[in-house]
Amino acid sequence: MFFHWLEKNPFFFAAGISIVISFAGLIEIVPNFAKAGKPLVDMKPRTVLQLAGKNVYMKDNCMSCHSQMIRPFKSETDRYGDYSLSGEYAYDRPFLWGSKRTGPDLHRIGNYRTTDWHENHMMNPAEIVPGSIMPAYKHQFTNVADIETAYAEAVTVKNAFHTPYGPEFKTTRAAWDAHRPKVLADAKVIADDMRNKDVKEAVARGEVPEIVALIAYLNSLK
Amino acid sequence: MQSNAALEYDYSLAKKFTFLTILFGILGMLIGTLIAAQMAFPELNYLLGEYGTFSRLRPVHTNTVVFGFTVSGIFATWFYLGQRVLKVSMAESKFLMVIGNIQFWLYFVGALAATVSLLLGYTSSKEYAQYEWPFDLVVVVVWVLWGVGMMGLIGIRREKALYISVWYYLACFLGIAMLYLFNNMAIPTYFATEGLGSIVHSVSMYSGTNDALVQWWYGHNAVAFGFTVPIVGMIYYFLPKESGQAIYSYKLSLLSFWGLMFVYLWAGSHHLLWSTVPDWMQTMGSAFSVVLILPSWGSAINMLLTMKGEWNQLTDNPLIKFMVLASTFYMLSTIEGPIQAIRSVNAIAHFTDWIPGHVHDGVLGWVVFMIMAGIFHMAPRMFKREIYSKKLMEAQFWLQTTAVVLYFTSMWIAGITQGMMWRAVDEYGNLMYSFIDTVTVLHPYYAIRALSGVMYLTGFIMFAYNIYKTMTSGRVLTEEPQFKTPMA
Repeated sequence: MFFHWLEKNPFFFAAGISIVISFAGLIEIVPNFAKAGKPLVDMKPRTVLQLAGKNVYMKDNCMSCHSQMIRPFKSETDRYGDYSLSGEYAYDRPFLWGSKRTGPDLHRIGNYRTTDWHENHMMNPAEIVPGSIMPAYKHQFTNVADIETAYAEAVTVKNAFHTPYGPEFKTTRAAWDAHRPKVLADAKVIADDMRNKDVKEAVARGEVPEIVALIAYLNSLK
Repeated sequence: MQSNAALEYDYSLAKKFTFLTILFGILGMLIGTLIAAQMAFPELNYLLGEYGTFSRLRPVHTNTVVFGFTVSGIFATWFYLGQRVLKVSMAESKFLMVIGNIQFWLYFVGALAATVSLLLGYTSSKEYAQYEWPFDLVVVVVWVLWGVGMMGLIGIRREKALYISVWYYLACFLGIAMLYLFNNMAIPTYFATEGLGSIVHSVSMYSGTNDALVQWWYGHNAVAFGFTVPIVGMIYYFLPKESGQAIYSYKLSLLSFWGLMFVYLWAGSHHLLWSTVPDWMQTMGSAFSVVLILPSWGSAINMLLTMKGEWNQLTDNPLIKFMVLASTFYMLSTIEGPIQAIRSVNAIAHFTDWIPGHVHDGVLGWVVFMIMAGIFHMAPRMFKREIYSKKLMEAQFWLQTTAVVLYFTSMWIAGITQGMMWRAVDEYGNLMYSFIDTVTVLHPYYAIRALSGVMYLTGFIMFAYNIYKTMTSGRVLTEEPQFKTPMA
């Protein structure tokens, strides 16, 4: 009998398992791969400051409680705005859809929340939304965001995946030094809308507090 | 074929991994209980500064339980039963012993370092695959070492036919290897530029919808090949060994095994229902999830029928109780999953607390119960001592069973309440509740869940104490017990 033979031949047994478990991935993931990776027409990738904010979002693991996926139901489009489209995520590496909504969806939060709202909310969520169980993220006001890594990420995705960043995005340190003032200028625009003095001073010194990068990212979610 | 008695098996590695199972179990469940309590009492978020928030700790909990506790349990039981079903001792090969010890130390140090890295916020953000690339490499090396050790042991075996448990451990090795490699494909940004920025940071090779598909193909099947496959392998060994009953049906074993192998991986896209992945993939995910009931229940029923005519053992052997309850929770969990994978149900269940509820009736009721049962069975044979206390074991059983029931019932209610409130509209078609209303209403259920966490953790500490006392002061056994585990 075939199975008795197979059980005495570990090599073929292992080969059998490998073949049987590969079907699903090959059939479900591979055929649609190129199409699912396409961006919407004229969509721009995130700025370096927004990327740094995305990395703060990941570092503090916001997606353990917030989704970025508006499903095509009236109850969701009423609450959060238009339902999400595949092309909107084409530059998201990794995807940050989340799997749990302990807090609300954030995919279009840039449409209805402002810089100062986020500033107050991240400092003390329960004060802005009574009954909120979200913790305060005060450390984001003092920790410095890693904008250099965000720049390295932009350059990497440009070279590896042809994400449309401009010709000034190069792998060299000189290119980064040239781009840095642009990031600080973006940060200043956010900091100008904030009240926190320490944050304003840090940006003036040439440092970007995590909260500034995070708000830049959240404002870009539209 | 040599008789069992003539072989002196080497349990040194099984013992080492048993310690890690208990260590990571306590650590993972402690953090789990803390974050459960944080959802009911948010002040608890500020115990450890920025490192103590729910969001930082949640992946520490999941990864410690998955890659710490469960994987240790898989290794511990493999290094025990692998030798026994293959009729060969680890001590016969110096090479295998060396490989096994390197695997142990690399795993131990790597798992601790990776846990700290998550606390510090180094994460690739993909669920259950959060480790950044340097730690991914450690995982791969550990896994390859385990594979080499396993193949090596199979290579020098005396028993030519591979027992059912070996099928499952082999599938666990191959499945996780494939999934982990593909899902963690990433480019380190430091090396892709002239050394700019952090050396640890990397960017995923897949983007958006593709990344989601690969991630949930992984995420769902890491559960398959980590939380289902090896655990089924364990029960196929420990239940017949403990009860003295032969497996009810060989054909059912065959059907369940190959059925599980083929069907499981298709179901991953049920995590993405109503999202932006194409409809046909979503439908495939739903359909295969329902088909998955067959091989899952096949194994569970095979286990329950193995006890046919021997149900009296339930009353006098608590270990049988652990295993029968584990099979039952496996059945509950594998019928609940497919129900949640039906589109209309998923529209309510997705993003709610019903999902962690589902995960935990599977993990607490099935995975942890089975691993603890395995360790209870192994301990007297590894340490040559009787189990320290049967009474403690009974008390632990009831405490933890109550805890699991409290956990999933509270989360069922919480999840469905939340799902219904999100979509509730008044007579004019306007949304009835603001989001915060759907949070505050859950407070009592979060409190119950936190209580269930405390109870389950207490039960696990009772288990750890029982094993510790068995090792140090259990009555010494002169010969190895054949079936029923001796206990005082």
